[in-house]
Amino acid sequence: MRAKYVLYEAATGLWRNVTMTVAMIITMAVSLAMLGASGLLFLQVDKVKELYYAQVEVTIFLAEDVSDEDREALDRALDSDPLVSHYYYESQEEAYEKARELFSDAPDLVEALRPESLPESFRVQLTDPEQFREISVTYIGWDGVSEIVDQERLVGDIFSILNAVQVMALVIAAVMAAAALLLVANVIQVAAYSKRREVSVMKMVGASNWFVQLPFVLEAVVAGVIGALLAFAALAAGKYFIIDGPLAPLSMLLTPVPWRNVLLTLPALAAVGGLVSAVTGWVTLRFYLKP
Amino acid sequence: MIRLEHVTKTYPKASRPSLDNVDVSIDKGDFVFFIGPSGSGKSTIIKLLLREVTPTRGRVVVNNRDVGTMRSWKIPNFRRSIGCVFQDFRLLPNRTAYENVAFALEVIGKSRGVARRVVPEVLELVGLGGKEHRYPHELSGGEQQRVAVARAFVNRPLTLLADEPTGNLDPDTSIEIMRLLDRINRTGTTVVMVTHDSNIVNQMRRRVIEIESGRVVRDQPRGVYG
Repeated sequence: MRAKYVLYEAATGLWRNVTMTVAMIITMAVSLAMLGASGLLFLQVDKVKELYYAQVEVTIFLAEDVSDEDREALDRALDSDPLVSHYYYESQEEAYEKARELFSDAPDLVEALRPESLPESFRVQLTDPEQFREISVTYIGWDGVSEIVDQERLVGDIFSILNAVQVMALVIAAVMAAAALLLVANVIQVAAYSKRREVSVMKMVGASNWFVQLPFVLEAVVAGVIGALLAFAALAAGKYFIIDGPLAPLSMLLTPVPWRNVLLTLPALAAVGGLVSAVTGWVTLRFYLKP
Repeated sequence: MIRLEHVTKTYPKASRPSLDNVDVSIDKGDFVFFIGPSGSGKSTIIKLLLREVTPTRGRVVVNNRDVGTMRSWKIPNFRRSIGCVFQDFRLLPNRTAYENVAFALEVIGKSRGVARRVVPEVLELVGLGGKEHRYPHELSGGEQQRVAVARAFVNRPLTLLADEPTGNLDPDTSIEIMRLLDRINRTGTTVVMVTHDSNIVNQMRRRVIEIESGRVVRDQPRGVYG
């Protein structure tokens, strides 16, 4: 009977103040959706990193007047360098062939190119892609080396964009969370006020504190969990209609978001939404319903 | 058994104490009137006994429990040993007489079965047999107060606190409520009643403790309003 009472009271409480309840659920949903999005992005950043680092190579361009000894010395050094996973030599001819392919739709440019105008190079892949700076520092001073170019900057830019998007989502999540918390507190206060007679009788006859507070806290938790369900629906819709829709061609650039991760947000968001509501509700009642 | 030992209660921002060094002892089964003009501190005594407020100085002991130092999580259980009746009845308007009394049982964890057995009995005792399913607005003031008394008594408390229970009732109805409280007192329940109804006090001829400006000025075994 007591469980039934508590559930019934929570349900009628949500209905009584339905406009505020809806406002609370919507802000909660937006906040949790942003939180979920930034969580997904966080999981994604690691994958994108892997993808890019697998392709990152350091190019050691050789000087025009490089001697055969210098070239061989560099070859030997790279061969025995533990930081290097594999590398290959690209001659001027090969560079020319590559450039012709790359710029095949700009015949004028290809016409102007001469094999001699392109530098020969070593293309180096690293065992640990994050060590590109070390490689630069080691080989830049060598005789016959003109320039060392790595793709760090390109990768860095992509990551700073991802980071910025993530920070933005977190900021929105935090602001909406603050609004959601205030709404939870307000909804609970209104509920407690509208049931003040019941509450005063319950306290007078000695109902335990948890019994007095539980319907209100449960009310907040139910709203929080509904908010989490909506947030999950929004994320799933985003995945289905946007990431797998118009953004699908970008999966070369950004690794696809797996359904498994999206599904993972459901229990996580429900737990966060429920817990945050419960704690807010409980703290509000501590101030509102003195023993 | 109720004891107030040198109790002083000063509310925050108040210029003088509501109760000033009050020393009172009430035995189990006693019937006591606290009388005095408005603002004399009578109601503060009820609040202290219910642990709605704590004493600024001194000790308040109810049913062998020191109420002033009681931990807040023990308060609900403590209040189950006390019944309360107020001037404004404090009934739930959307519940019938039966449901109002049953509510008090259910929220302290008693089963529906217990309520079905005990509630009609206690409503019969207060003279509301046959009116179980009336809503408060369908009952007279006296009948509403009977529901409140039934609710206070249904849990068989050791102590019944009544804060001006006849304040909203006409003299005849007041006397009926007093007969009811008297009957409850005869079952061994200690009754503490705050009032400024001189008729009632003079007719009942019970112990009278008069408070003025927060001090006990009179404590008479079979007193009158005076």
